[in-house]
Amino acid sequence: MTITTGKPTPGSPSAGPSSPGNDAQAPKGPDAVTFTIDDVEVAVPKGTLVIRAAEQIGIQIPRFCDHPLLAPAGACRQCLVEVWAPGRDGALAKMPKPQASCTLEATPGMQVKTQLTSAEADKAQHGVMELLLINHPLDCPVCDKGGECPLQNQAMSNGRATSRFVDIKRTFPKPIAISTQVLLDRERCILCQRCTRFSKEIAGDAFIDLQKRGAMQQIGRFDTGVLGFVGDGPVGTALEDESGRPFASYFSGNTIQICPVGALTSATYRFRSRPFDLVSTPGISEHDSCGSAIRVDHRRGVVLRRLAGEDPAVNEEWITDKDRFAFTWQSAPDRLTTPLVRDEETGELRSASWAEALDVAAAGLQAALAGSATTDAPRGVGVLPGGRVTIEDAYAYAKFARVTLGTNDVDLRARPHSPEEEAFLASAVAGQGMSVTFADLEGAPSVLLVGLEAEEEAGITFLRLRKGVVAGTTKVSAIAPLASRGLERLDGTLLAAAPGTEAEVLDAVGTDAGDVRLRDLAEALVAPGAVILVGERLGLVQGGLSAALRLARRTGARLAWVPRRAGERGGVEAGALPSLLPGGRPVADAAARVDVAAVWGVDHLPQTPGRSTAKILKAARKGRLGALVVGGVDVRDLPDPAKARAALAAVPFLVSLEVRRSEVTELADVVLPVAPPVEKAGTFLTWEGRPRPFPQALASTAMADHRVLDQLADALGADLGLRTLAQVHAEIDQLGAWDGARVEAPSVEAAEPPSVAPGDAILATWHQLLDAGRLQDGEAFLAGTAKRPAARVSAATAAGAGVVDGGLLAVSTDAGTIQLPVLVTEMPDHVVWLPTASPGSLVRDTLRAGPGARVRLAPGSQDLTAGPAGGSVPGDRTATTHTEVLA
Amino acid sequence: MADPTNGPKDTSKDVTARPQGGEVGAAAPAGYTPLIEPRTGLGEMLAPVGGFGVTFSNMFRPTVTEQYPFEKVPAKPRYHGRHQLNRYADGLEKCIGCELCAWACPADAIYVEGADNAPDAQFSPGERYGRVYQINYLRCIFCGLCIEACPTRALTMTNEYELAGPTREGLIYEKQDLLAPLGEGMLPAPHPMVEGTTDDAYYRGEITGPTQSQKVWVELHRPSEGDAPAAGGADGTHAHPTAGHGPHEPLMRTAGQETR
Repeated sequence: MTITTGKPTPGSPSAGPSSPGNDAQAPKGPDAVTFTIDDVEVAVPKGTLVIRAAEQIGIQIPRFCDHPLLAPAGACRQCLVEVWAPGRDGALAKMPKPQASCTLEATPGMQVKTQLTSAEADKAQHGVMELLLINHPLDCPVCDKGGECPLQNQAMSNGRATSRFVDIKRTFPKPIAISTQVLLDRERCILCQRCTRFSKEIAGDAFIDLQKRGAMQQIGRFDTGVLGFVGDGPVGTALEDESGRPFASYFSGNTIQICPVGALTSATYRFRSRPFDLVSTPGISEHDSCGSAIRVDHRRGVVLRRLAGEDPAVNEEWITDKDRFAFTWQSAPDRLTTPLVRDEETGELRSASWAEALDVAAAGLQAALAGSATTDAPRGVGVLPGGRVTIEDAYAYAKFARVTLGTNDVDLRARPHSPEEEAFLASAVAGQGMSVTFADLEGAPSVLLVGLEAEEEAGITFLRLRKGVVAGTTKVSAIAPLASRGLERLDGTLLAAAPGTEAEVLDAVGTDAGDVRLRDLAEALVAPGAVILVGERLGLVQGGLSAALRLARRTGARLAWVPRRAGERGGVEAGALPSLLPGGRPVADAAARVDVAAVWGVDHLPQTPGRSTAKILKAARKGRLGALVVGGVDVRDLPDPAKARAALAAVPFLVSLEVRRSEVTELADVVLPVAPPVEKAGTFLTWEGRPRPFPQALASTAMADHRVLDQLADALGADLGLRTLAQVHAEIDQLGAWDGARVEAPSVEAAEPPSVAPGDAILATWHQLLDAGRLQDGEAFLAGTAKRPAARVSAATAAGAGVVDGGLLAVSTDAGTIQLPVLVTEMPDHVVWLPTASPGSLVRDTLRAGPGARVRLAPGSQDLTAGPAGGSVPGDRTATTHTEVLA
Repeated sequence: MADPTNGPKDTSKDVTARPQGGEVGAAAPAGYTPLIEPRTGLGEMLAPVGGFGVTFSNMFRPTVTEQYPFEKVPAKPRYHGRHQLNRYADGLEKCIGCELCAWACPADAIYVEGADNAPDAQFSPGERYGRVYQINYLRCIFCGLCIEACPTRALTMTNEYELAGPTREGLIYEKQDLLAPLGEGMLPAPHPMVEGTTDDAYYRGEITGPTQSQKVWVELHRPSEGDAPAAGGADGTHAHPTAGHGPHEPLMRTAGQETR
C-alpha cells in the first residue's frame, strides 16, 4: 500500500489553483494578458481579476467582499484602484472614477495604480473605509472577531486615524439567532454578502439575504416564501429560510468563518476567547471519510473552536458544521482517564494502574487463547476495532490480531455488512490508490450516486459535486428511493428504486433500452471521466456492489467507494478485515501471507479467513469465543444492537479500548483508555485513498490505540513493534504495495424484488449528518440545527396506512415501533424512509432492521410519542447560556 | 593618535599615572594651589564643629521618619497600587471581559475569560462580562498600561501597596479579590440593567443608582442578600480559596469610590 509517512502538513495545498485566474505562475501563452500594476509588469491568463494579479506580485489591495472561491460581487467597494486603459485610438486614457479591482478583469496594456502609487486610489479607499465605519459599532472590545478582523486590520492600514462622524450610529437589536448555532449582529455587518453568496453559490441553501434599501439595508431572513422545496426543519429554534421554513443547513458554520467582520458569530464560541490567546494546530476532521482539513484552536489544553483548513485538493476552504462544531465529545465528562479493571469481589469497575490493567488483560486473553484442557471453555479472541480509527491504529489492530492472537477474526465494520461487501472491498478498493479524487468529481461529465446520500453522508463530497454541477460540467444521477433536498440542490436525476432493487436498476442501465432515463444514464456513463460513487449502504443490497462493478466494466466509468466513517478506507488498506492483510493482500493467498509474515518477523500467519463482525458477535453470543477486544464501537451502530449486547455480555473476557465510557465499558472486564484524535497524531485515509496525516494538538498523557496494543502485546509476551508512529510508518513502508493476485471480485446476482403485503412497507433508511451519534455529544447548539426526524412515505402509502401529511406514523417490526411525524414525499409506494440514528428514530436499536427490511405501517398515537420532542434541545440560546453560567 | 577613522581608539595606552594628591593626610603636591581660600582666625578655630551645624539645625525641624507598619501614611493620589474592578452606580460590573488589559500587559500578569450575560444573570451592561479575572502580583510591574487599555474604565489602580504574602497562589488575585466593594445603595451583580436603558447609557454615566425594580429583582432572586452589601463576585461570595492575604480593604479611599 502507498501511504506517505512524511511530516503532517494537512493544511498545505498540494494541488493546483482552485479557481480560474488563481494561477501563481501565469503562462505566457496566446491567452496571456500583459499589463502593469504600480508600474510592475505582470502577465496573467485572460479573465484574471486585477485584485488576483496584484496578489501575484505581492501587492495587497484592501478588500472585504472578495473571496477567491466566490463569484465577484463588488459589494464593499473597498478595493478601488486608479485605472488607465488604452482607448479605441490606442492612447492610454484614465477611467473617470476609481474602479473596483475585484470585479475588473485585466486587459492588455492596462495600467493600474493602487493605493501605493496613486493618491486618488488611496483617498478613495480611505473614503470607502470611513463610510463603512459610519454605522459600524465600536464593538471591538466585545467582538469575537477582534484581533483577527479584516475590518479592524484594514481600518488600521487603509483608514483614517480618527472618525469625523459625530451623529448617532444606526443600531439593531443584537444578536439575532439565525439558528441555534449562528448569531447575527446586523449593526456590525458591512453588507459584503459573502455569507449570502456562500449559501447560494456553494451550499445552495440560501437562508439570509439582503433586504431593505439605503441606510436600513441589512442582512436578514427572507420573509416571503419564494423557493418551494420539501424542507427539513431543524430541531431547535431557527429563523425561516427563503422557503419560509426554519433554516437548517449543514454548512452554515462556513459563513461565520468567511465573515470579514464580526457580524456572524458562533453561539458556541461567542465570548469564549481572543484569537491572540489561541494556539492553532492543523488537523483532519474525524467525522467523515472526506478528510477535511481543519484548524484546531485551543487554549490551555482546551479546544475552543475548529475552523476550516485550506486545502484546494480536498475541502477547499469549507467544512461541514459537524466538522466545525462537534469536538466537545473529546473532552466530555465521561472521558476515561485511567485504566479500569473489574473488581473480582464487587464486580464493579475500578481504577487501576496501567501495569495492573495490562497484566489482567494479558492474563484474560492468554486464558482465552489457550482454552482449557479439562473443561469445554470456548477458545479464540475476536477483534473489533471500530470504524473511527486512524490507519496506524487499524494497522496495529490488524497485526495484533494476526501476530499476538493468531486469528483473522478482525473486522472494523461496526455497521451492517455483507460477505459481498468484503469481497468488493478486497478486490476493488484495497490497494487501488487514488483512483477517483475530488478534482475528478468536479470535472466528471457524469456522476452516479448509488447507496450514497452525498450531503448527509459525505458533506464535502456533496460540495465538490455541487461545484461541478454549478459550473455546468457535471451531471449527477442517483439511484435512491427518493430525491432528497441534497439531490435537488445537485440538480440531480433520480432513478427511483425501492430498497433492495438497486442492483436490478444498476443491471438495467445500458441493457434495458426501454427507459429513457436509463438509456441517458448509460450514455452519460460511457463518457470519459464518468464516475460511479457507491456508498456503504449498497453493500446491504444483495448483488448491489456486484452490479455496480458490472456497470463500471460495461461503461468504463470509474468506481469509488464512499464510506461514512473516517477510518473505514484506512482500515481496508491496513488489513483490518477478516480476509485481508495490509495492502490488499488476500489472507487466502499463501504468497501474500509469506510476504507479510517476513516483515512481521513471524513464521507464519493464520491461514483461515476470519469471521466478520456479525459472525464474531454471533460466536461470542453462542459461547464459542473466549474473549473480545473492542475498540471505539458504539453498540447502537452494530447490525443488531440487542444481539450485540447479548454477545458482549456472554463473552467470558472483554477488553475495551475506548476514549469515553460507552455501553461496551459497562460490560468490559478491562478498559484501557485511548487518546481521541486531538490528543494523538495519526493519519486518516479519505475515501479517495488520500493520506491525511495530522499532528497532535493537545499535550496529553493519553496513548493512541497502536501504542496501547503494543503494550498489551508486550504483556502477552510478544513484540508488536508498533510503539511509535515512526515504527508503524516504517513497517507500512517496508510492506510496500502488493502486486500479486487480488481477491476475486464478487459476482452476486440481484435478488428478486421483495414482495409487500398490504399495510406493510419496505424500509429505506440512512444516517443524517447531525443525529444521535456519540461524536456530537455535548454540543447543544449544533444539535439544534439538526433536521427534525421525520418519516417519509408516498401519498398512496400514507393513505394506505391511514395517515395524513404531518400526522404521526408508527413504523414497527416485531422488535419495536418508531413513531415520527410523516412527510408525504414523491417516492415509490410501499416504501417508508426513516433516519437511521436520529433522536427518536434509532432504527437498528428499536426495529432491529436495516434498509430493505419489511416493516408495518400504522397511524401513530400521540401518547406514545417518543419522537423529536424527546431530545433536550436549546429552545433559546439564553436559557442554555444561563445554565452554563451557573454551572 | 590613531587615525579617527580607524574605529575606536585604543585607550589602554592612554593611561598615565594620576597625579598624587587628594588623599587624607597627604601632603599637597608641589605646585598645588587650592582654589578655596584657607580659613583663618576664628573661622579656622570653629571649623571642626562647623559640620554639626546641619545636624543641630535638623533637630528643630519636623521628623520625616514613617513608623510603617505601625502608622500608615497615604501614598500620592496617582500612586500605582493594587488594581480594582469598578462598578456602575447600580452595582453592575464595568468589566466586559474584552481582555484588552491582558493584551496590553507587558508582564503577562493578567488573565481574563469573557462570557455571555443572560437576562437572569446580568453581571455587566451589554452582552458580555468578565467571568474569570486574575492578576498575578508576582508578575505585575504596576506600569498601568492595563488601565490605559481598559475601554470602560473598569480597571483602575488603588493606592494599596501592601502586596506581599506567604504563598504564590495567594498573590494571584481573583475577580472577587479585585472587585470594588459595593458602595452606597449598590446592588450586587448579577441583576438586570436599569429598565429601558442600553449599555450606552451606562457608558455615558446616565445611571446614578439602582432603581426600585432592580431592588425588587434582587429581593426576589436572592432574598438572603437583599440590599445588604455583600462581597459581590461573579462566582458567588466564597472567599479566595488559597488566600495568603487578608481582606483587601482600600487604605486611603472610601469604599467603592473610583480611583485613578
